[in-house]
Amino acid sequence: MWSLSKISGLIDHWLNGKLGSGWASVAEMVIVGLCVIGLFAILGLVLVLMERKVSAWMQIRLGPNRVGPKGLLQSLADTLKLLVKEGLTPDGADKFLFNLAPFVAMIAAMLLMAPIAFAKDFQIWDVNIGVLYITAISSISVIGILMAGWSSNNKYSLLGAMRSGAQIVSYELSAGLSILSIVVLTGSLKVSDIIAAQQNGWWIFKGHVPALIAFVIFIIAATAETNRAPFDLAEAESELTAGFHTEYSGMKFALFFLAEYVNVFIVCAIGATLFLGGWMPFHIGSWEGFNHIMDYIPSSIWFFGKTFFLIFLIMWFRWTFPRLRIDQLLNLEWKYLLPIGMVNIILVTIVAIKGWHF
Amino acid sequence: MFLVDYLKDITGAIKSLLTGMRRTGYYFTHHKEIITQQYPDNRDTLKLPERFRGEVVMSHNESNEHRCTGCTACELACPNGTIKVVTKFDISPEGKKKKAVDKFIYHLELCTMCNLCIEACPTDAIRMAQSFEHSVYDRAELTKVLNKPGSKIEEGVE
Repeated sequence: MWSLSKISGLIDHWLNGKLGSGWASVAEMVIVGLCVIGLFAILGLVLVLMERKVSAWMQIRLGPNRVGPKGLLQSLADTLKLLVKEGLTPDGADKFLFNLAPFVAMIAAMLLMAPIAFAKDFQIWDVNIGVLYITAISSISVIGILMAGWSSNNKYSLLGAMRSGAQIVSYELSAGLSILSIVVLTGSLKVSDIIAAQQNGWWIFKGHVPALIAFVIFIIAATAETNRAPFDLAEAESELTAGFHTEYSGMKFALFFLAEYVNVFIVCAIGATLFLGGWMPFHIGSWEGFNHIMDYIPSSIWFFGKTFFLIFLIMWFRWTFPRLRIDQLLNLEWKYLLPIGMVNIILVTIVAIKGWHF
Repeated sequence: MFLVDYLKDITGAIKSLLTGMRRTGYYFTHHKEIITQQYPDNRDTLKLPERFRGEVVMSHNESNEHRCTGCTACELACPNGTIKVVTKFDISPEGKKKKAVDKFIYHLELCTMCNLCIEACPTDAIRMAQSFEHSVYDRAELTKVLNKPGSKIEEGVE
């Protein structure tokens, strides 16, 4: 049966035969880079369209339905518009930082792609500290936002960037704690180990209530870390026009936009990997027949299905809940999520030590 | 005690969030609820809400009679001078003089569809119509005379 890992193996074999191992690895790096950029472009198009359709249906509207069949080409047309728009740099801006910021935001998102397992044995870099790598790199994305806000020479941008900084720094804690609870259960930081540990059941089911609480906290923290409503104070249209990207236009704005959606995809992919078993099919204990049927569905479909389910959940939040005030936002983190997360990690540790998970 | 309130807070929050999500989830899955009108496409079958205010018109019955007594209550009620009622005096068969409307002039270009004239009218002579495609090339076309030529007041309307 064809699978992504088999295709990558064949390409690896062919390149090694043609170029020798040194040049083959260089060529593979280029191919991987191109694949990541391609995935970014596709994700941008798909997620923007998905968001517009989901938001429309939740608000009893129709959504884009004019460009292409059923409006499917809408985001392509938008991209074309953004490409031909002028990328303006304001007069008083710090030109170097201003032009660098979108790329920093983009590269931070790109780096996070490395340890994610897209399918069985299909992973860019299975580093043994994968989870630590993810939590470390995801804090970098705030630098791009702060850079953009500072260099724009605009009070709204700076306010948005500062809010974003306060928000990401505080929500990193509870995201870290909820990720840690899965690390405690698995006993490994390696992404492939975490997925392998979910062979006989996903952590959200196996870990009982503590894992469920950790999952809820993770989803809330992930929504906050990607600066999406109800935590979109960094952009807050009604208060700050567009927050940190007020002064951006054209393709530089598009890069921020893309980085937001890619970040959403990545946090959902991480959530799917940690709590929903990554590419692992849905198995129920000893139902051999059922498990066998589930194995026939390709692992990449399992992974993307779970990820898009979480993305839909986050979109559902965005189009249901009103935006929080900054004090409410910090209240929620420091008075609710963090204490709950701390108690929860003790529970998880007890569960893990006693071996109560199955 | 503090802990009880704290936990109550959390469960209450989760409950109210789920209520909201159930509503949007319902709309997401029930596409027949969509209220968008695809206007130029469905021009023939367009259904406007009953209370939609398009323009002021005067109702006439089959024998070209309206209910306007020319009392100018609408003109007085109008906040921006949209209505101008020109009155005349009809001579009744008994030789009595009676005030009647000669020309009910309505400036659509000034009207804000506030509905005050309709509320002020004691005889329900005027009402809001649903027509809304008002664009014309000449501004003068927006000044309308609402009583039809040759129309007269309905019997028994005082």
